Amino acid sequence: MTNGFFGKKIGMTHIFAEDGTQIPVTVIKTDTNYVVQRKVKERDGYEAVQVGSIEKKEQRVNAAMKGHFKKASTPCLYNLAELGCAADDELTPGTEINCSDVFKVGDVVDVSGTSKGKGFQGSMKRWGFGGGKATHGSMHGRGPGSIGQSADCSRVFKGMKMAGQMGNKTITVQNLTVVDIKADEKILLVKGAIPGATNSHILIKKAVKTRG
Amino acid sequence: MGLVQDVERSYIRTDLPVFNPGDTVRVSVRIKEGEKQRIQQFEGVVIKKHGGGTRATFTVRKISYGIGVERIFPLNSPNISKIEVVTEGRVRRAKLYYLRELRGKAARIKEKRFVGKPKKGK
Repeated sequence: MTNGFFGKKIGMTHIFAEDGTQIPVTVIKTDTNYVVQRKVKERDGYEAVQVGSIEKKEQRVNAAMKGHFKKASTPCLYNLAELGCAADDELTPGTEINCSDVFKVGDVVDVSGTSKGKGFQGSMKRWGFGGGKATHGSMHGRGPGSIGQSADCSRVFKGMKMAGQMGNKTITVQNLTVVDIKADEKILLVKGAIPGATNSHILIKKAVKTRG
Repeated sequence: MGLVQDVERSYIRTDLPVFNPGDTVRVSVRIKEGEKQRIQQFEGVVIKKHGGGTRATFTVRKISYGIGVERIFPLNSPNISKIEVVTEGRVRRAKLYYLRELRGKAARIKEKRFVGKPKKGK
């Protein structure tokens, strides 16, 4: 089976464990995922499957992609990603996958998504800088302060934390536990917060750095 | 947002009685001490119900050895083994914070009097 799955973030709540502890969970709604393409070692040099999910109107797909989906006899889809799989998996194009096939309760997963965009932000909000004094003639306010030295080096180092676009980039949260799976409703409950706004598309993958 | 509520519904307890602020309740709480488990009872007036879904809580106030003690319970916690409604009180607001300023006779709550059949769940 594949090592990942597409879903939609729905929101957060909490549930109770059997011993009474509260577990904060994120509700993830998944749709059927389709295998769109299969890569095999003999032809492509590696084993993988291209998986897509969440149906898209046909008029919004260009001709090249339409042909790609038609070849796999799947509906037109929003998300496409190449995911790892074992060589002996029978994942021919057009195969439908459900979240309960890929994950089981207790699995540790990584969740990737696009974080909420905050626009162009100053260094205080973006990097947590302290800022300067607001009053008493300081003229520092919310500025970043010094960004380097004087004569010796005479330049600003690359990667200096400064103002700029904040959010709206791909973020991965690692090592979240799958708390519950509702197979009928195709709902996944994952412990902890995940990136993105409500209804944003996310990719859930088996954890890369599973803690033993 | 409807889906979150649907998910919560399956974790909400339906075996507990209906009670309201002003009621006197006896709450049995499971307490774990090392390996052993025992049940502790806490009896007092419900002065507040808060939140909905799995987040719902209620606050019980009692006077213990002359000192007011308030305890907040998560309503849907599996640690609550039982809730008994001792008396139903007649109050005119949802949050009974005014009880904190009152002592003794003044802090009593009038009992609900029913004309005809008593309410279900009593």
